Amino acid sequence: MENRLEVENLSYAYPERRALDNVSLSVSCGEIFGLLGPNGSGKTTLFKILSTLMRITSGTVHILGYNLATEGRMIRDFLGVVFQHPGLDGKLTIVENLRHHGHLYGLSGKVLQRRISELLECFGVSDRAKERVEILSGGLQRRVEIAKSLLHSPRVLLLDEPTSGLDITARQQLNDYLGVLAQTEDILVFMTTHLLEDAETCDRVGILDVGRLVALGEPDELKAEVGGDVILIESTNSDTLGTAITEWCGVSTVLTDNGLRLECEHGHEFVRDVVAEFPDEIQSVRFGKPTLADVFMKLTGNPFVEREDTEN
Amino acid sequence: MLPITTIWWREIIRFYRQRSRLFSAIAQPLVFWLLIGSGLSASFQPAGASGETGYMTYFYPGIVVLVLLFTSIFATISVVNDRREGFLQSILVAPVPRWQIVLAQALGGTTLALLQGLLLLLLAPTIGIRFGVTSLLLSIGVMTLLAFGLTNLGLLIAWRMDSTQGFHAIMNLLLIPIWLLSGAFFPSTGVPGWLAWAMKFNPLTYGLAVFRHSLYLDTTTKAFGEGPSWALSMLITGLFCALAYVGATFTASAQAN
Repeated sequence: MENRLEVENLSYAYPERRALDNVSLSVSCGEIFGLLGPNGSGKTTLFKILSTLMRITSGTVHILGYNLATEGRMIRDFLGVVFQHPGLDGKLTIVENLRHHGHLYGLSGKVLQRRISELLECFGVSDRAKERVEILSGGLQRRVEIAKSLLHSPRVLLLDEPTSGLDITARQQLNDYLGVLAQTEDILVFMTTHLLEDAETCDRVGILDVGRLVALGEPDELKAEVGGDVILIESTNSDTLGTAITEWCGVSTVLTDNGLRLECEHGHEFVRDVVAEFPDEIQSVRFGKPTLADVFMKLTGNPFVEREDTEN
Repeated sequence: MLPITTIWWREIIRFYRQRSRLFSAIAQPLVFWLLIGSGLSASFQPAGASGETGYMTYFYPGIVVLVLLFTSIFATISVVNDRREGFLQSILVAPVPRWQIVLAQALGGTTLALLQGLLLLLLAPTIGIRFGVTSLLLSIGVMTLLAFGLTNLGLLIAWRMDSTQGFHAIMNLLLIPIWLLSGAFFPSTGVPGWLAWAMKFNPLTYGLAVFRHSLYLDTTTKAFGEGPSWALSMLITGLFCALAYVGATFTASAQAN
């Protein structure tokens, strides 16, 4: 309890729609947890509740043993939050932004100065410390943003779509850094993402779909549940081909935007046989190991769309 | 204390670094001073006033209050901007009570308004308006109180807004009537009954009255017409400040996200 984030039966409804439906999950210190979900899945709502910005209406949340509904003030002391929208003031320099943040958390004087230098060094922005944030590139701003959230040495770090707006290298760097951080400092890292690649790097993943948590576990574990391999078949007449394949071998198929999709054991043999059986109907066949998108597809029946999350 | 000073400091430094704001803050009092000083007042002759100097003496405190009113209220646009840009969220998740956040923001707006009001006030002697040192000190105190109350009135609304356009729309609807009906322009004597009542219920009427009383404390010039007494005005102004601050804090606490 004391070193966990526990969400139990959490539900939340806006006047016009239900955003979270009986969500329960638990994350430990030292672990990186990724909340994966498409646009409108409710992950931003969950993020706002965890970051103490929205009140709990149903269910309970405990963070490191403190009740979020009644002890939010205590929780804020050890919470580091990185929002999707930049929480930096463009008119202030990097150092001024960090100092402002430190003051809000009661840090001052030499202690604050030392901590600022450490983080500037660690994130490789020491040489630009006196520049105004508004002239920095998006990737650099993101780095300062994360440095800022770590200034008061939080024990729980919440990040909302931390890699949005970053290029592949910067994304990789960030994910690596979060890994090191969780390990060495025993920090609990909870991040939301709509990117499968980011979710793959997490220790554990929760998949959210229209407010319901449809999967929870290690990425490899979840992918193993899909069962065998994933085959994608393109055809001029997918409908009839789908029925024909099911009649032929008993495997059910799903029609997606990319063609017919099916899962089976020993995919390489299936590919050989299906092409021999339906030589005229098949235009192309793709064979692959299951991804988290396949897990999502299997559990919800809908394809996973990696769209930029613009939910409130 | 540290969170309050750091939020206050940010309001000031941001103001200083936005050159257009800085420029207009200095230019606005100078424009008023120029217009009034160059004989604009000759066009107005309200009931109870005699001669050009008389009206200018009446009108000048009203102009100072106008500057306080606009600067205080529009300084709170920073809250709307901070919310839109996302900066506000990072303050809201910090372990700082809402009353401290609001107090710091209010003090920021108060400081800016006060500096501008003071600039205009210090120019007054050049166009024949006389007041002593005691008056000046007392007036600065009253101006601080007024600016604080008005900034909180702005915060009360800004904390509910997510667009600056919405904020402007509401403020334009509110500000001019509040100022016109405060006795800044004309005294309540001789106006129709309903207008006199509207002026009676306007908190700024009392703010302006206490400011005028303080400014002309040791001169023979008295407030025109039957204005409210110093004690009553002071009481209502103090109450207005307290209520506006409590209201703004309450709004900020309710609007957590």
